[in-house]
Amino acid sequence: MADKNTKLTPEEIYKLAKLANLSLNEEQIKKLADSVSSILSYVSQLQSLNTANIEETAQVTGQENVFREDIVDNERMLTQEEALSNAKDKHNGYFMVKAIFEEE
Amino acid sequence: MEIHVELKTVSKMFCGCKNDPFGADKPNIYTCPVCLGLPGALPVPNRKAVEWAVLLGLALNCEIPLFSKFDRKNYFYPDLPKGYQISQYDQPFAVRGFLDITVGNEKKRIGITRVHLEEDTGKLMHATVDDPTSPSGLRGASKKVSLIDFNRSGVPLVEIVTEADIRSSEEARIFLKKLHQIIRYLEISDADMEKGSMRLEPNISVQKIQSRLNRDKIQKLPPYKVEVKNINSFSFAKKAIDFETDRHIAILETGKYPQQETRGWDEKKGVTFSQRSKEEAQDYRYFPEPDIPPIRWSKSQISNFKALIPELPDTRIARFIKEYGLSEYDATVLTEDKKTADYFEKAVKSKTIPAKTVANWIINKKADISKLSPEGLVNLIQAKTQKLPMSEKDLEEVINKVLAVNSKAVVDYKAGKESAIMFLLGQVMRQSHGRADATTTRKILENKLK
Amino acid sequence: MITDKSIKEIHLGLRKKEFSCEELIKETYGNIEKYDSRINSAITIVDKKTVLDKARQTDNGKKEFDLLTGMPFVLKDVYVTRGIRTTCASNVLADYIPQYDATVYKKLLDLGALLIGKMNQDAWGHGGSTENTDFGPTHNPWDLKRVAGGSSGGPAAAISGRMTVFAIGEDTGGSIRNPAAWCNITGLKVTCGRVSRYGAIAYASSFDTIGPMGKSAEDCAVILERIAGKDPYDATSSPASVPKYTSFLNKPLKGRKIALPKDLLGKGLDVEIKNAILKAVNKFAEIGAEIEEVTMPIFDYGLAVYYVIAPCETSSNLARYDGIRYGFDRSKFTEETIRRIMIGTYALSAGYYDAFYRKAQKARTLFIKAYQDILSKYDAILMPVNPTPPTVIGELMSDPLQNLLADFYTVTQNPVGVPSLAVPCGFTKDKLPIGMQLIGKMFTEELLLNIGHQYQQVTEWHKQKPDIIS
Repeated sequence: MADKNTKLTPEEIYKLAKLANLSLNEEQIKKLADSVSSILSYVSQLQSLNTANIEETAQVTGQENVFREDIVDNERMLTQEEALSNAKDKHNGYFMVKAIFEEE
Repeated sequence: MEIHVELKTVSKMFCGCKNDPFGADKPNIYTCPVCLGLPGALPVPNRKAVEWAVLLGLALNCEIPLFSKFDRKNYFYPDLPKGYQISQYDQPFAVRGFLDITVGNEKKRIGITRVHLEEDTGKLMHATVDDPTSPSGLRGASKKVSLIDFNRSGVPLVEIVTEADIRSSEEARIFLKKLHQIIRYLEISDADMEKGSMRLEPNISVQKIQSRLNRDKIQKLPPYKVEVKNINSFSFAKKAIDFETDRHIAILETGKYPQQETRGWDEKKGVTFSQRSKEEAQDYRYFPEPDIPPIRWSKSQISNFKALIPELPDTRIARFIKEYGLSEYDATVLTEDKKTADYFEKAVKSKTIPAKTVANWIINKKADISKLSPEGLVNLIQAKTQKLPMSEKDLEEVINKVLAVNSKAVVDYKAGKESAIMFLLGQVMRQSHGRADATTTRKILENKLK
Repeated sequence: MITDKSIKEIHLGLRKKEFSCEELIKETYGNIEKYDSRINSAITIVDKKTVLDKARQTDNGKKEFDLLTGMPFVLKDVYVTRGIRTTCASNVLADYIPQYDATVYKKLLDLGALLIGKMNQDAWGHGGSTENTDFGPTHNPWDLKRVAGGSSGGPAAAISGRMTVFAIGEDTGGSIRNPAAWCNITGLKVTCGRVSRYGAIAYASSFDTIGPMGKSAEDCAVILERIAGKDPYDATSSPASVPKYTSFLNKPLKGRKIALPKDLLGKGLDVEIKNAILKAVNKFAEIGAEIEEVTMPIFDYGLAVYYVIAPCETSSNLARYDGIRYGFDRSKFTEETIRRIMIGTYALSAGYYDAFYRKAQKARTLFIKAYQDILSKYDAILMPVNPTPPTVIGELMSDPLQNLLADFYTVTQNPVGVPSLAVPCGFTKDKLPIGMQLIGKMFTEELLLNIGHQYQQVTEWHKQKPDIIS
């Protein structure tokens, strides 16, 4: 698993890129395989830190149970025109993307 | 089985946009920076949606962990504006529950693994539009596109996951109907499958039964499962499961396993079709949502939630049988939805008409209860029935009158002439125009003449 | 120059009509026109005529107005501003015109402060030098061949270059403090939750903080008391009441206890910076504070914690940039940003989550404990901001790992949540600025600003401005 010699292969970089929705060329993949590996190796020093019986911390504000009431916030709602104002491709009030073939 | 239910809060899960995707007359009119995933926007959870998720968990006999949190489920799809869905991963609002169903004459317990809260995605539509940029330069050239509407994006969505306890398509159908009924009783969702506010995803795998006796005690699940999506009715769920089990059996008999995948249901053809292979299993990279503080309940808060749960169908059936003397069949039919059951109880409250008669009228749909008030129904029954049963009070009045005018018969009876009571009974029947119940009247007379 | 003055002085000048708001705004635009072609602190400048119109309205308006009314300011280009392009220094958002306002911007607008520009930074906050930007690096006004620091390099350079009176920066792992120190200004990383993040383009959500940058601790206090507080649109913003920070500034430091982590002043720290810190220690002793040496051995793991959690969160935060609803597609991310997305994706993926993300979140707990241990006995911890003076442009970008090490002193406060004030404390012999930071307990900004202000009462460092600005 993770140790000081973490070295990712171009195949692993390609898989990660796919997960991250990034399309990379061969040269980028090669370069990233080196630089990502060197940083992962560096951060792998964490393995030597004793964290037995230590809880994880995901947030530091100490807050809990923060809710909003179930009320419509008209002030913040956007008009259709505002919602679409930055879209490159739109059609009849919809955002438009290249066809996604999932159904048939 | 996985079931998704859209909650009918007035606003969305993490923002104040109107939650009415089905009622919207135009696309992208109920959005804001949050549910459109604009840069810099932050989610704030809807208190009511959270409470309703907990209520549903309690109604499904779940434990409510005192600590819970939201997580991010990361994946890319054009209808998912943030590139992640705020959901719950390892600490959902409700865990380890069950729902008891009746299959044939047998009671069966279906385990509920978890109930968690998340947000719905936008809606994708597939269309062909004019393509002025077509390289062919032809006029009228067109291209296939997908169109996205984010009115549904961020609508609160509850996911219910069952244990692998369901053994047949019929069990699945019964379970789903009951679950649907409970959701409607809680009044937290329309659970309208045609509108997509309740969505069913059976996960199906088939295994040879080693011994009939151990039918329900499967040690190990088969090494594959097939998930079916796009099912919008209980009967389609049943059909899709039947279709799949037949398909799996055919494959298993050749000595192979069916491929683990997600399939869609084609209701026109009545078949399932391959959608997405799960060979390359999605890696959702869940991690705690840093934008939303966690949730911690006190024990008293949870008991307060319990107090908010209305009487659920099973309890109500039992009470109707006991309290109103209804048959199990009548009680079951009347409690099918909360509205009818409430209607029935309002109608019997006046006690002018026996519960059985009211039940009969409602069940056999002699009157349109959607148009008639419960009081109206009572009046209607009274008017239309010659032999309208009398209230006890009215009956007593008639009896007292009859006794007062026929003192001779009273004296005769008290002197031992038992046939005199038949005369008095006849008088009561006449006075009440036949509405008095003979047995009841006789009982009252006997008591009064003691 | 009017812009050499403090916010309070400018405010008084405006009220006494010693100078007009119009003159003030003309001066800031004049300085932008004069210097920014060389400094490159701005990505988008707000239309001058519009701002001058507003300035004239201020001049002709009420006699009583807020300290920030008519005050020119700039925003790091991480804050969304309705109708004004917001890029986060990335070509992905090169043409993005926001449909709404960030809370911090709205608060300043409501007070009548005047937005001058949207400033350069490392794209998405990914960097400590304002070189990882699609709009060209920001040059340090103290030495134009050097970097301004980052990621809030543009705002820091703009204050230093007198193109604005103050700025709102954003600090995820030193992004306010690092450029503040390298540009000789004062910057405050606030307690996590103190200021609403609504409308601040997220880098690493649980680390991101919104804070003031100005010429002095006093200016920062004036700004903070106006931007802090609970925001219903940010669930993580704190309901804790907002102190009147300026009312604490003049308290004497007598009896205040400051910890100096001796073990952090060794290897890797530039000698001139070390000496400047030690001089500041003497200065604090002179004005009544008690300084004691402590150690923070856990610091060795600080960069590792930061460079696991921040990439994890950023890999998710940047997933929304798909080019469908706004902006361009993901092919426009820079190499540095792609690298951080990849590291985060890896550290969260099945099989590696426990060894990286979970482990780092546990280490985070140990850091909280380490800070608590010291801060339960001391009012503040004093340490350098940067290990070296500002680097020459191009130097850090060539080596991602070296680039990472430059953040050594500033990356551990964000995972813990504590506030930290960066204050100028000297110059190298080449006249490059040096800064120190004062770290306090959660929600003790008033104390840090008090200490910083008292130090600035007896030192002149913060009053210096670059030679080219005249």
